Amino acid sequence: MDALLFVAAALRISVPYTLAALGATFSERAGVINIALEGIMLNGALGYVLGAHWTGNPWAGIAAAIAAGLLTAWLHAEATIRFRADQITSGIGINLLAAGLTQVVLLAVFDSSSNSTRVVGLPEWRLPGLGDLPGLGPVLAAPLVLATLLAVLFGQAALFRTVFGLRLRSVGERPEAAAALGLSVTLHRYAGVLISGVLAGLAGAWLASEQHYFTDGMTGGRGYIAIAAMIVGKWTPIGAAGACLLFGAAEALQITLQGIHVPSEVLQMLPYVVTMLALAGFIGRAVPPRSLGVPYDPERAS
Amino acid sequence: MPAPAISLRGITKRFGPVVANDAVALDLEPGEIHAIVGENGAGKTTLMRVLYGLIQPDAGTIQVGGKPSRIASPLHAMRLGLGMVHQHFLLVDTLTVAENVTLGREPRAALGRYGRRAAAREVRALGERVGLPVDPVARVGALPVGMQQRVEILKALHHGARVLILDEPTAVLAPHEVDDLFRALRGLQAEGTTIVLITHKLAEVKALARRVTVMRGGRVVGGGEVATLSVEEIAHLMVGRPIAPLHARADTHRTVPLLDARMLDVADDRGLLAVRKVSFEVFGGEIVGIAGVEGNGQPELAECLAGLRRPLHGTVTIAGHRVLGRSAREHFAAGLAHIPGDRLRRGLVPPMTLAENLILGLQRLPDLGPGPLLDGDVLEDRAATLLREFDVRPPEPRRRAAQLSGGNQQKLIAARELSRLAPALLAVHPTRGVDLGAIEFIHRRLLGERDAGRAVLLISSELSEILALADRIFVMYEGRLVHETRPADTDERTLGLHMTGRGAETPIRHGAGAS
Amino acid sequence: MTVAAPAASRPAAPRAGRLALVLAAPLGAIAIALAAGAALIAAAGESPLEIYALMLRETLGTGYGLGQTLFKATPLICTGLAVALGFRAGLFNIGAEGQLVVAAFAAALVGVAGRALPATVLLPACIATAALAGAAWAAIPGVLKARFGAHEVINTIMLNFVAFALVAWLGRGLFVAATVHTAEIGPGAVLPRLGGLIAPLRGSPANVAILLALVAAVLVGFLLFRTRLGYELRALGFNAPAAEYGGVSIGRAQVTAMALSGALAGLGGLNFVLGYKHFFELGFSDGVGYMGIAVALVGRNHPLGVVLAALFFGALSYGGLAVNQRVSKEIVDILQAIVILAAICAQPAVERAARRLEG
Repeated sequence: MDALLFVAAALRISVPYTLAALGATFSERAGVINIALEGIMLNGALGYVLGAHWTGNPWAGIAAAIAAGLLTAWLHAEATIRFRADQITSGIGINLLAAGLTQVVLLAVFDSSSNSTRVVGLPEWRLPGLGDLPGLGPVLAAPLVLATLLAVLFGQAALFRTVFGLRLRSVGERPEAAAALGLSVTLHRYAGVLISGVLAGLAGAWLASEQHYFTDGMTGGRGYIAIAAMIVGKWTPIGAAGACLLFGAAEALQITLQGIHVPSEVLQMLPYVVTMLALAGFIGRAVPPRSLGVPYDPERAS
Repeated sequence: MPAPAISLRGITKRFGPVVANDAVALDLEPGEIHAIVGENGAGKTTLMRVLYGLIQPDAGTIQVGGKPSRIASPLHAMRLGLGMVHQHFLLVDTLTVAENVTLGREPRAALGRYGRRAAAREVRALGERVGLPVDPVARVGALPVGMQQRVEILKALHHGARVLILDEPTAVLAPHEVDDLFRALRGLQAEGTTIVLITHKLAEVKALARRVTVMRGGRVVGGGEVATLSVEEIAHLMVGRPIAPLHARADTHRTVPLLDARMLDVADDRGLLAVRKVSFEVFGGEIVGIAGVEGNGQPELAECLAGLRRPLHGTVTIAGHRVLGRSAREHFAAGLAHIPGDRLRRGLVPPMTLAENLILGLQRLPDLGPGPLLDGDVLEDRAATLLREFDVRPPEPRRRAAQLSGGNQQKLIAARELSRLAPALLAVHPTRGVDLGAIEFIHRRLLGERDAGRAVLLISSELSEILALADRIFVMYEGRLVHETRPADTDERTLGLHMTGRGAETPIRHGAGAS
Repeated sequence: MTVAAPAASRPAAPRAGRLALVLAAPLGAIAIALAAGAALIAAAGESPLEIYALMLRETLGTGYGLGQTLFKATPLICTGLAVALGFRAGLFNIGAEGQLVVAAFAAALVGVAGRALPATVLLPACIATAALAGAAWAAIPGVLKARFGAHEVINTIMLNFVAFALVAWLGRGLFVAATVHTAEIGPGAVLPRLGGLIAPLRGSPANVAILLALVAAVLVGFLLFRTRLGYELRALGFNAPAAEYGGVSIGRAQVTAMALSGALAGLGGLNFVLGYKHFFELGFSDGVGYMGIAVALVGRNHPLGVVLAALFFGALSYGGLAVNQRVSKEIVDILQAIVILAAICAQPAVERAARRLEG
């Protein structure tokens, strides 16, 4: 199989992973563990399908996906920041909620427990110059692929070169220090979580757009894999993107090998096993933000 | 006459049944250095936290520069010109010095970018101006503690502090670093900054402050011009009774080495060498003290001796058994008892009961229950006895450990470890953050262990404690033992020099303690 | 420090007060979920009171319904215990679903292979197989955590997906042709229905597996609160550095905890495989592994609480089926998620109140 085509496919497939991982990076750098990515993505996918279904316009789908992502992420933010609930369990709860909710809506709107009706996908842009590159050209022509690449670069700069990024990181490392200087821990953590809501919602939209359908449980664990990518990428946007390419390649490989005599179930395992191996291989050196997972309680701080 | 910089009246604060501040009144003159003294638990820190807006008083008023003010948060306090340097620094280890100092008041470049170069310039200039130079691009986490304190002070100044509050600033400094700090503080004072020094070290009060306020039991019990008060008078006010004499010590009767370390090399969490070629022996019937400024390898050495950290090279022998550093259990079994330096992290399981905490490390002992089981009644009876014997309050086996005060928690840990009747005892900062009564109790018990023929290794940064208890003293600096002496042959000044590497190096002959 | 009352005589919080605090979060969460459920039912155009009443009648009002409730509760007891034990040791076992599936599959295979063997041999063999298989599957993320520091949340979830794929792949060769289930297990492996012993439950799928689950609950309680290992696991969960100080080998304890947790989860599938259909069928687990998280949270990670919570969720689960004609049963999944979220949101506030109560 043509190497360039494979890379193009991997790139395309890695978009949802990358967007979700990028969002998670902001959330976790601010100190909030975000395992709810899976649920945010799922709701985002459904949002896209509903928006595109009702208006026939993919951009309405995008808007709906972002809204769904924001709402879901806001739920996680409320639970973990205002109520100081356990962040991991909150993520799991939200994922379960999204699973049930999407099933209910699927039944109600499309009268099916497995999939929606077909919807329009995002348009392909023929950008002059960029679009004509061999192999990679068509991939870069898809709006969300380009947007993802730009988002990663922008995210890296935002996190490490801006005042906002500096403050966000300080809130995730030592919220007591930031609070003592008058910074709002709450505000920055909400920001981090909501950013992940927008991005993971977009990730879900991309999935739905590519498939042109919403199917029950269509995220298939990608949200969790995105978390793993973020860890492997040492909580940096560029690192996470790199890891996502790896996982995207694993999924691309799985699809490529479908035709050959490898049982489909074994192939299905591939992305998950790759994730587990990556986590085992890279953890030793990766240090998370110091206050990650610790709810901030001003009464009990220093 | 100019209005006082700060004026407190009737400040009262309760935490449940405990009255931490009881109608406290205090005036701070602009441009003075004012010391607030009292023993642990006297209410000084609470008062300063009220002043800095970290907590709200139940009653009382605050005036800043003559104007009544309500300080609702640290941000408020900062805007009013107050700055605080806490005992436990509030620094972000992964950020640079400049980033930490300017956080919240960052110089900006275009498009919301952080003005890195401008920040570095500002911070460097500030440091040089006040006499506390720093490297703006160094990562704070990699800096020694004294440097980190400088960053904290510069941070407060950068945010416009005209009143600087320092909470026990010299707890982590060696004597010459204290000199640097005091020089800088005097310089700031000359510029008109008001400085509040919270401390329990009276020598420093005498050296630096113009006026002193003494607190005890949440109240102001006295104070005045430092020049007119003697150290003894201030101490008397602090404690409410004449100071107890230095622990009377019987002569040591040494037996055999019960704790032996040879050529220990131990790495820290980052993989860097924290303990270098350390060798020493502790005989039964003596207390050996290792003095040193925090962060010179003591935690790593203690963990290695306790079986919590494997040495890269070298051996540890406990009561004649070579131990391999595989686990704490191995070391306990060989005959070591361990009072850890961090009682909340290592020494206790706060949500568990006192009875359960009293078996931490002992849970595999056969006499606590049949086979794999633990007998709850045995645990409770044992707890009742130990709690009574060690004066732990309240002596209720079913209480949760988290509800005890620091001093009682420390006594509980001491009770547990001493109940092992182990031949060797390792005590790390055994009286840190503990009230005076508990300190005396623990010191007496440590001497008791020594008199009973056990080997006690005391690792502490509190020089008065080391001088009071140890029969032999080592100084640890940058991972090495650089000096060996006896209390009679030395003093705080000399030890302090060795603790910062400025002492004449006296080669330590292993086994040279015998005499 | 002046103290208003001498510290020695300050009493510990009264028993009733403490019990109320322990129950506050779980009961509050259930109330919130039921309220949310009522809103959803109303949105679907039905009367909440009517639906809830119907659910109550169907689940607890008839012998058959009660049997179904017990049947649904049984695997929840097992997965709830599994998750609870994990939580006590400070570990998040989100993989109960996969562990249960792998274990049930293995037990079914043994039950089929040993078709000719008598019950005294085959039944314990199947049960042991399920426990061991679940333990092994859970030990994988345990080892990855102990050895590499990889967080068990992601790994247990990954293994859920792998478990489904694995079983489907192996099933290709082992399932009965053109089905998604194995052959029937031998009679020696069958767990008898309760209906034979307790007349009102006749006709329901409730079987002896629930006794197995209850025994497991008692054993877990015993382990946690009466044994040295249990002490070490609890210390580990509360404060790992202190447990290490106390001689606990953290890595080994984590693997042990995960393995025990997996074994418990593994028992959860026996209800279906040995006691109901008598074969393994793809998809039979239907989310009980994840629901175990809700059960553990509502049960406050205590064996007694887990059993009670499992009964509640079992009733909810069957109740949802019973009213499926009028209100889609997925609402139960939503309620379960709301219970989880409400319970964890209430918990910190309850803890704050507890601290204030105890002074």
